[in-house]
Amino acid sequence: MIGVLEFPGSNCDYDVLRALQDVVKTEARMVFFKNQDLSDLDGLVVPGGFSYGDHLRAGAIAAKMEVMDKVKVLAAQSKPVLGICNGFQILCESGLLPGALTRNTSMKFICKWVKLEVQNSTSAFTNLYKKGEIVNMPIAHGEGRYFCDDNTLKELKKNNQIAFAYNGENPNGSVENIAGVCNREGNVLGLMPHPERSSEKLLGGEDGRRIFEAMVNHIKSKK
Amino acid sequence: MDVEIVVKLKKGLLNPEAKTIEKSLNLLGYKNVSDFDTKKVFLMKIDAKSAEEAGKQADEMCRRILVNPVIQEYEITVK
Repeated sequence: MIGVLEFPGSNCDYDVLRALQDVVKTEARMVFFKNQDLSDLDGLVVPGGFSYGDHLRAGAIAAKMEVMDKVKVLAAQSKPVLGICNGFQILCESGLLPGALTRNTSMKFICKWVKLEVQNSTSAFTNLYKKGEIVNMPIAHGEGRYFCDDNTLKELKKNNQIAFAYNGENPNGSVENIAGVCNREGNVLGLMPHPERSSEKLLGGEDGRRIFEAMVNHIKSKK
Repeated sequence: MDVEIVVKLKKGLLNPEAKTIEKSLNLLGYKNVSDFDTKKVFLMKIDAKSAEEAGKQADEMCRRILVNPVIQEYEITVK
């Protein structure tokens, strides 16, 4: 069972639920942030949106909610935790992933399809891609400029934690074109692009589907 | 106690808001304007026995939620 964590202001929650239930045909349920029981979950997705209106900093308030302590327990149990867009911002603000997401260099909200290069093809989410493969996914964010200090960047490279990098153009000014990073163990991934919006042909592309398929495979392999 | 917390981006980090405003000032003819910057100010009242206690609590708030140490730094003033 995969949970989709909802905060006030989450708005890609049902898109993710559909990708899990109808596209990759796995068991999934909504988890409201006030519901503290995550014991039945084998994995979790923190979807996109504007939790708490993006006030203070994008993802900052959701990251400090009590439920995030439970999410940290799931991650520590090697269960897959995926943060998409605002979910990525929440995972960074909570300390589950290194770095921070800041205002796009252009100051504009950018909503378009982008090309991504797969840089890590071994994590729980990316092992169905080939290293160096170019995939298409849409982005939709105003605060997606990934930043981390030089030491963290060195660590990310050394540990193969840069999962996806923008290819061709860097839409938001992210350091090293970073679009998504994972933790050292590879069971926590955050990315600004939306795999759920690129999981079916009808949506304009299906390159994002393999992230969910890999997540489901990872869960099955642990059982 | 009146507490003021000023939060700003760490030195060297690009502040696109400040850059955009600076550019607009330059376009309006203020060509001698440079190093424009923006900061965020949080104001609050803290019911505490001393300024030290209020400052300590404000510092805890900064570390817990108000400030992201990856990108920001802060200064607390208790009046």
